[in-house]
Order: sequence, then structure tokens, then C-alpha cells
Amino acid sequence: MIVAEQKPIQEIIEEIRGDHSVLILGCNECVTVCEAGGKKEVAVLASALRMHFMQQGEQKQIEERTLERQCDQEYLEELRDDIDRYDSVLSLACGAGIQFTAEKYHATPVYPGVNTKFIGVTEERGYWTERCQACGQCVLAQTGGICPVSRCAKRLFNGPCGGSTQGKCEINPELDCAWQLIIDRLKSLNQLEAYEVLAPIKDWSTDRDGGPRNVVREDVES
Amino acid sequence: MSVKTPSRLEKVLADGYFAVTTECGPPRGSDLGEITRKAEYVKDHVDAVNVTDNQTSVTRLCSLACCIHLKQMGLEPVLQMVTRDRNRIALQSDILGAAGFDIHNILCLSGDHQSFGDSAQGQNVHDLDSMQLLQTVRRMRDEGTFLGGDTINRPPEMFTGAAANPFADPFEIRVPRLAKKVAAGAEFIQTQCIYNLDKFEEWMKGIRDRGLHEQVAILAGLTPFKSAGMARFMKNKVPGMDVPDDVVKRMADQPKEKQPEEGIKICIESMQRLKEVEGVSGFHIMAIEWEQKVPELVEGAGLHPRPGA
Ligand code: SF4
Ligand code: SF4
Repeated sequence: MIVAEQKPIQEIIEEIRGDHSVLILGCNECVTVCEAGGKKEVAVLASALRMHFMQQGEQKQIEERTLERQCDQEYLEELRDDIDRYDSVLSLACGAGIQFTAEKYHATPVYPGVNTKFIGVTEERGYWTERCQACGQCVLAQTGGICPVSRCAKRLFNGPCGGSTQGKCEINPELDCAWQLIIDRLKSLNQLEAYEVLAPIKDWSTDRDGGPRNVVREDVES
Repeated sequence: MSVKTPSRLEKVLADGYFAVTTECGPPRGSDLGEITRKAEYVKDHVDAVNVTDNQTSVTRLCSLACCIHLKQMGLEPVLQMVTRDRNRIALQSDILGAAGFDIHNILCLSGDHQSFGDSAQGQNVHDLDSMQLLQTVRRMRDEGTFLGGDTINRPPEMFTGAAANPFADPFEIRVPRLAKKVAAGAEFIQTQCIYNLDKFEEWMKGIRDRGLHEQVAILAGLTPFKSAGMARFMKNKVPGMDVPDDVVKRMADQPKEKQPEEGIKICIESMQRLKEVEGVSGFHIMAIEWEQKVPELVEGAGLHPRPGA
């Protein structure tokens, strides 16, 4: 999933400062799972904001709504009849959802209520970690199923570097060294000989370096 | 052994001598005089001088400019190049820049993470990694082509090296990792500073068991301790460094004013022991901001005068 984290409330207050009527818009997908922008977080943030502005003696209309997905035209359409009632939308979806909402409703400012962090997993409740940077050409088959792009601080394809210490990365003793994980995993797969195969120079044009990307699938196009 | 480049370092090794290299860190400003001073200390005692490339991710005068300066002073530079700060266009371009000034040695590195230095908020590039940079240099030299395939007019002639850390983890892949660097094109290796000689010798045995010492010249890396404090710092704070307790103790047992002398002694004794290890082809002395001690170390290890000097 895409992992996000709510922005500090002070920053959110600054974003909506000049608006009287604000819709806080959650999303039922990734941001719900990572507890940053689902229905529950929308409600908690809305009451915190109402409380804040009340204490400041400011009149503000803060409303709540959570769509099934903000990265989907169909669900965004549901806002069509109501959108003009708001001075702005504070979206708690990921960066993609925030933008898609803004693209749909040109005349309404849409502000980010979260910082979108990474594509990752829930290791345990309250602890999410990165797993993929969408490089566009997956190499997991060669690396024992562990991603060197997102999990090695230097995205080395022929690691580990000289800084790997007791299984941890040179940049942080709390962080697993991706290449230690790769080697351990190759060992348990009985594939350690694969370690000696030189990884070829990567074609980064499938990554962000090639410019904004798209996927076209004629077979499913309507 | 026949040589493939005009490198003096390559020739010394091919002629069967122990090679001696050292390193100079460029200044944090534009005063090349600092490099001149360091070069003067070492010039008659080493075969080549590495110039570090923004080491520990602290911004400094560029390695290439310092290498040109050393070359113009009559020294033999080794251009260190990290993949952290440049993409493949810039790497190949700088290699050509060095070749244009007849710099004949290069050391290919990935570089410390930028979070260690003065630009923790900057991006890192790592378009290539150190092994892929080795392949790039060898391709430019041996095939005379860019990575993109086009022909290079007057290709670089560079003796191509890499670093190895026998002490980093996991230890079991330290020998396979060297084999990989050799396969990628490394012709010489400069190792991480060696304080744990037993472990280094164990690694060298693994190297010999695979015959790698016959394919690549291994220069054992050494850094003399100036003080017990430095020994403790290297032990505890520098990732991938292995400083045994008895070495720290040996430094700490000396009164403060005697510690520098003891550090030099340890370093010389290490070189003497390592000279006997089959497969060690020379020494890389990294006397960090203590370059004036290099002659004493080289002489103490019985490595002076240098061949052809
Ligand atoms: S190799 Fe690329 S696509 Fe595969 S997990 Fe890593 S970043 Fe994602
Ligand atoms: S220590 Fe491991 S994860 Fe960290 S940069 Fe080096 S190889 Fe990558």
C-alpha cells in the first residue's frame, strides 16, 4: 500500500486559514489501512480543527466525508453536487488522490492533509516500512525477493557496501542492511552462488528519470 | 606481468616490487597550497597518491582538480571517484577529463552516505554502483566506447582499482565480493585500514584459495593512530572498522605524549608482518592529516627507496 502520515495540525491550520467552509475528505483505501486518512482520522481531525477554531473565536464550517477511493473518477464524481458548498477541500488521501481530486474540481482549492511517504507494509500496528520505489523494472527475482532500490540506502545492485555492520546499515544502526537480508535469503534458498553474478547497469528510464510514466492497456480500454 | 597502461603504479607492481600509495584529502576551500604541502611530504616515498572524492560526504575541492595539480607537480595521482554524486554522464565525462591530463589510475567507489556529511539534505545519485563504475572504466579503456556505445577518440588509459573492506559484514561474502570486483575489472585493490591482522590474514587465505591474488594486486590499507582517543573513535564510531581491544589498550597504556610514537610503531609492525603474507602486493597508507609521517612509516617498513626513484 501507499503509506502516508498526517501533517502536523499547525501546518493544516495554516493551509485552511482563510476558508470558511472546508471539507475534510478521507479515502477508504491505503490511507485507511495506515491510519492516516480514513473515516476515523477524518473525524478526529475535524473535531480537533473545530475545537481549535472555536477557541480562537473563528467561525468555520468543517465537514467530513470519506470516499471509497480518491484515485478513481467514479468515486470522485460523488462530490459533484456538493463541491460548490466548500471554500476548500482538505484531502487526507495519498498524493495521487489529492491531485486527482484537484484535477476534477478546478474551481476549488484542494490541500494536502498528509505527507505521502512510500510504498510499504504494516510490520505491526503503528509501524510501517518501505518496500518498493516503483522503479518500473522489478529485479526481485535476482535479489532473493528483497528490493535493493528501496531498501539499500545507496540503492546498490552489487552490495553490500563497506559500511554494513552486524546486519545493519551504515546510516542507522536500527535499519537492516538490505544486502545482509539479500544474502541471508539467498542462503536459505540455497542460491548463494547467485550472489556472484554481476548485476548489469540498470536502465533507469523506467524509473522517474524517464519522465512521468503511464501504463496503456488496450485490452482493457473502454 | 605485462602492463596495459602507462601507470607508474601498475609498472611497480608488474616489476614485482611492493607498491606504496598514500592519500591526500583535498581542502575545504580553494587553496591548492594545502595539497602542495601534503604532496611535498610524501613525494619521494610513495609510488602514487590517491585523492579522495568528498570523503565522508563533506564538500571539498574536487578530486580531479587536485589530481591534475599533483600530476603537474610530478607526482602520480590516483583519482578516487564515488558514484554518490554523479550520474553516468558526469562519471564518464570526468574520466575523460582525467584522461585528458594523463591521469592513469582510478579508484572506483560507491562513497559514504551523504547523511554523514555537510549535505545530509541533498540527494544521492547512485546511477551506477562501484562495480558498474569499474566495468565502465574498463569498457572505456579496453573497448574505447562509451556506455552508450559510441566510440571514444583517445580512450582513457587507466589502471583500474577498487576498495575492499575485509572486515565489513557479512564476513562470508567478503571473498566472493572481491571475486566480483575482479570480474568487474578491478586490477588493484586498496583495503580498509587493517588493525585486526588475524582477520585480515584469514581473508587473504580465502583470496589465495580462489587464486584471486594472482589476478589482482592487493594493497593493504593502514592508518596510524595519533592517540588512544582516535583508536577508540575508529573502533566505536566508524562503520565497518575492526579495531581489536588489545590494540586500543596498547595505545591507552602509553602516556599521552608517547601515544603518537606508539601509533607509528604499531603501523610499522603491521606492515612488517603483512609483507610476509602471500598475496599482499603493497601498502596503502592513509595518514589522515598526518602526511608528514608517511616517510617515517615507509622507511620503517623497509620500503624505501622507491623503485625508479
Ligand atoms: S526492484 Fe523496482 S519494482 Fe521491484 S520492488 Fe524494487 S523498486 Fe519496486
Ligand atoms: S549498509 Fe547495506 S543497506 Fe546500507 S548502504 Fe550499505 S549496502 Fe546499502
